[in-house]
Amino acid sequence: MERISLAAGTALCLLLTGLAVERAFGEPVDDTLEIDGVPMITRAAAPEGHPFDEVLSGWLFREAETRATQEDSFENPGMLAVERGGEIWETVDGSMGKSCASCHDDAAVSMKDVGATYPKWDADAQRPINVELQIDKCRVENMGAEPYKFDDAEQVALTAFVKHQSLGKPLAIDLTQGELQTWWEKGKDVYYTRTGQLNFACASCHEASMGKYIRADHLSQGQVNGFPTYRFNTAGMVSLHNRFRGCIRDTRAEMPKAFSDELMALEVYVTWRGTGLSVETPAVRQ
Amino acid sequence: MRRILAGAACAIALAVHPLAAFADEIAPADVAFDDMKVTTSLTGVPGNPEEGAKAFANRGLGNCLACHALEALSKEQFHGDVAPTLDGVADRWSPEELRAIIVDAKQVFTEETMMPGFYSLNVGLNVRKDLVGKTVLTAQQVEDVVAFLATLKE
Ligand code: HEC
Ligand code: HEC
Ligand code: HEC
Repeated sequence: MERISLAAGTALCLLLTGLAVERAFGEPVDDTLEIDGVPMITRAAAPEGHPFDEVLSGWLFREAETRATQEDSFENPGMLAVERGGEIWETVDGSMGKSCASCHDDAAVSMKDVGATYPKWDADAQRPINVELQIDKCRVENMGAEPYKFDDAEQVALTAFVKHQSLGKPLAIDLTQGELQTWWEKGKDVYYTRTGQLNFACASCHEASMGKYIRADHLSQGQVNGFPTYRFNTAGMVSLHNRFRGCIRDTRAEMPKAFSDELMALEVYVTWRGTGLSVETPAVRQ
Repeated sequence: MRRILAGAACAIALAVHPLAAFADEIAPADVAFDDMKVTTSLTGVPGNPEEGAKAFANRGLGNCLACHALEALSKEQFHGDVAPTLDGVADRWSPEELRAIIVDAKQVFTEETMMPGFYSLNVGLNVRKDLVGKTVLTAQQVEDVVAFLATLKE
């Protein structure tokens, strides 16, 4: 008995050592992603002034099974949220008797660039606007409906549906709009500021330790191009600001509110850090 | 007799440090760094290596395995590789140096090191409200982890 458990122990050790060796080369995989026949750009030359030479999709850092699930739209559970979003698109809501489709018709045409070009500058609000906030703006101003509560399942589904229309399109935000450049600067400050009792900045994990393992997690560049994403862990969709807040919580800091100035600045800056990567909404994560 | 002496010692200690409930525990701000070492025990109570191993692995305490792999704890799942493995770490660093690294790695390595300070109030912005003024590990947990690391010789 003892010998058996010793042998098992040795096998486990070998396995762990093997893992450790494999993990020591925790490089992103050398693989290509195609979804429904559309090739995705998962590696792109970084824009000028970027800390990396190459920007990499989070897909390259995930396990084979997770990657395969994203490759097949029929397998990807995130597509259920997209379908749900499609239903909401057609549904009349609010005092004006309109649906999104009443004004925007076929989303495949009217929304085809939205996922790749947001955040934009909102001249009315004099601050950046992301897809969630643009949806709220239309609901309030053009439909006479209430804005969504943060992370309402309908907000996440409709956002996933709208962004999915840009599947494959490279992220390209236009920082010359309004004061977006100033917000980019602000977002950069946030990205490099250490927070919380554990004293980490976004860059501690997604820049300095990119490609390494923190416990079981293979650290990616922390790109936004797959959001909202489907997560196996929670068996549900995760919005971008939910992810931002989760990462900040893990530094043991107070979490800023969704769509606060701080997180909008961060969204502008982090989206720029992924310039050239295809929109992959809804990406699959563990 | 002994008890009386101890009682007297306590009375004296209390008289000298009327506010210090744990007379011998050094507060985070008072830890003296000397040439990458912290020579004085934070508590005066010798560290317990078994307790240290627990605090080392516990995700809510040291969570040292998040970044460091360690053969001696191979039964624990998921060792990170953000930082060097700690196998044989006691051959490389003295207990006084290990104490300094754990208390505040930023004072030993560089301000940029990813390793958190485990007994330091030199922390990031917007610390979660219930953790303000608190350290990740207690003084005794630091001593326990030092005692555990001191056993890691090759
Ligand atoms: C009454 C008409 C109307 C309705 C209903 C409406 N919108 Fe809009 N929407 C507009 C107008 C007008 C604009 C600004 C048009 C423009 O971009 O020139 C706009 C802009 C947008 C944009 C930004 C497009 C871009 O290219 O930047 C998005 C995204 C959007 N709407 C989504 C929605 C969604 C989702 C709904 C349903 C919840 C909706 N809209 C309902 C009229 C409407
Ligand atoms: C303590 C380490 C840590 C810090 C600090 C951290 N993150 Fe993360 N982040 C992770 C881990 C782990 C994941 C999941 C694995 C991965 O994609 O890296 C993740 C995932 C993400 C993702 C999703 C990537 C994808 O492809 O699904 C984004 C976006 C992100 N982080 C942004 C940020 C931002 C912005 C900050 C700073 C506010 C930040 N993170 C701080 C550890 C961290
Ligand atoms: C978030 C990541 C992280 C965590 C958690 C962490 N460390 Fe570290 N540690 C590092 C890094 C990175 C280094 C390398 C120093 C450097 O160059 O920044 C390091 C270095 C060390 C060293 C020196 C190693 C050598 O051989 O030179 C020791 C000892 C050490 N850590 C102990 C610990 C202990 C004990 C814990 C838990 C209480 C811990 N670390 C938790 C990141 C971490």
